[in-house]
Amino acid sequence: METLLSIIFIYIFVDNFVLHRFFGICPFLGVSRKMETAIGMSMAVIFVMTMATLVTWLLYTFVLVEFGLEYLQIVTFILVIASLVQLVETVLRKISPTLYQGLGIFLPLITTNCAVLAVTLLAVRQEFPFVESIVFAVAASVGFSLALVIMAGIRERLEMAKMPDVLEGSAVTLITAGILSIAFLGFQGMLSL
Amino acid sequence: MLIIYAILALGLIGLLFGLGLAVAAKVFYVETDPRVDAVKEAVPGANCGACGYAGCVKFAEAVVHGEAEPGDCIPAGEEEIQEMARILGIEVSSSASPVATVFCIGDIYRAADNFVYDGVQDCKVAGEMNGGHKTCTYGCLGLGNCVRVCPFDAIRMGTHGLPVVDEEKCTGCELCAKECPRDIIKMLPPGDNGHLVLCTSQDRGKTVSKACEVGCIACRACVKVCPQEAIEMDGKLAVIDLDKCDDCGKCVEKCPPNTIYQRRSIPTEADAEAAAVEKEKEEATA
Repeated sequence: METLLSIIFIYIFVDNFVLHRFFGICPFLGVSRKMETAIGMSMAVIFVMTMATLVTWLLYTFVLVEFGLEYLQIVTFILVIASLVQLVETVLRKISPTLYQGLGIFLPLITTNCAVLAVTLLAVRQEFPFVESIVFAVAASVGFSLALVIMAGIRERLEMAKMPDVLEGSAVTLITAGILSIAFLGFQGMLSL
Repeated sequence: MLIIYAILALGLIGLLFGLGLAVAAKVFYVETDPRVDAVKEAVPGANCGACGYAGCVKFAEAVVHGEAEPGDCIPAGEEEIQEMARILGIEVSSSASPVATVFCIGDIYRAADNFVYDGVQDCKVAGEMNGGHKTCTYGCLGLGNCVRVCPFDAIRMGTHGLPVVDEEKCTGCELCAKECPRDIIKMLPPGDNGHLVLCTSQDRGKTVSKACEVGCIACRACVKVCPQEAIEMDGKLAVIDLDKCDDCGKCVEKCPPNTIYQRRSIPTEADAEAAAVEKEKEEATA
């Protein structure tokens, strides 16, 4: 139980996927313009990361390790993520059109999100057992969501702020991301596995 | 040997996933009406929401189900409406869309300011601050909310501090008219005919002339001169009925502050600047 709690804390705050590891910077900057889309993207990421880790962990442990093919992990994991996203999209469209509409464009976008591949690779590389892997995936994606939502909140306010022309647009976004990342440095060393 | 295992394993896994997806696509197949996609392709696709539906997809569904008319898509031009009708196999009457018109000519040269506004560049915010920086509490604040809200790039902010509408691009979606906190932008029926009183001020004549050189001072000169009786007073503002106006232009000559213009000759940026230069010269010689 203690390990699970520390995994949750570490991967949300200390070792935040976006702000400390710099995974998934593309959606972090791309869809953080509005709070609404940021939350939509966050939900989709939490869902896909957890599902992907579940499948890849099983595949890695029971197929790749069994046949001594660990070196194929990156290729197979990409294959898993791409097919999984496609599958989830097809299934959602049938059984829950509302959720499908809500996640909308974000679902296919996640296929190319490196944070998803990172979470599956790290789960096996850190040799987490099954339950820990799932908790790790949830914590990592919640950490991603936290960063995204904070960023969206700041950017919505920046929209209204008056600033010099040179800073407008991507410039101020990147500076904000940097400062946010430095702020999260404050969690460093608080807890480790 | 190793490479064969790798190829085999990866191939098998790929094949398995592929089959899985194929089965899933069959099992979870959702029937969609191909006409919905066709209609969605036909509309301009700005997701402006002027039709009252949440986006173009919803509108396309409503049109296919007979809940909406193709003409309800306000930005759609004649061609697009006919295209939708063709897809659905129905007849529609043609209708041209209204045009957004700015009812304020109090540019930065001729309308006075109470103070220099340096806050958030947004008309709604500026208007809440001491009644806005412009002395006239009805006039255009010139911070471009209408420009930002236009999905068709049909409005730009002129150098004279008033929005300029590109009638070619305007589709009549009314988003700018709804956005403007002072209701200066009004939708006019398409066409060239008619004169307009380009002011919305309900202030007394004395207040108006202090605030703006070209505001309607409610002198009634135009009401008296109009042979068609097309001009009436709405409170302290003269309003011309476009249906009755026959473009004789007598009101233009009579109007003391020059507030009345023919629809095709609304002052442009160049006119405003020229007038400002003229005024400067006059002041210099005086």
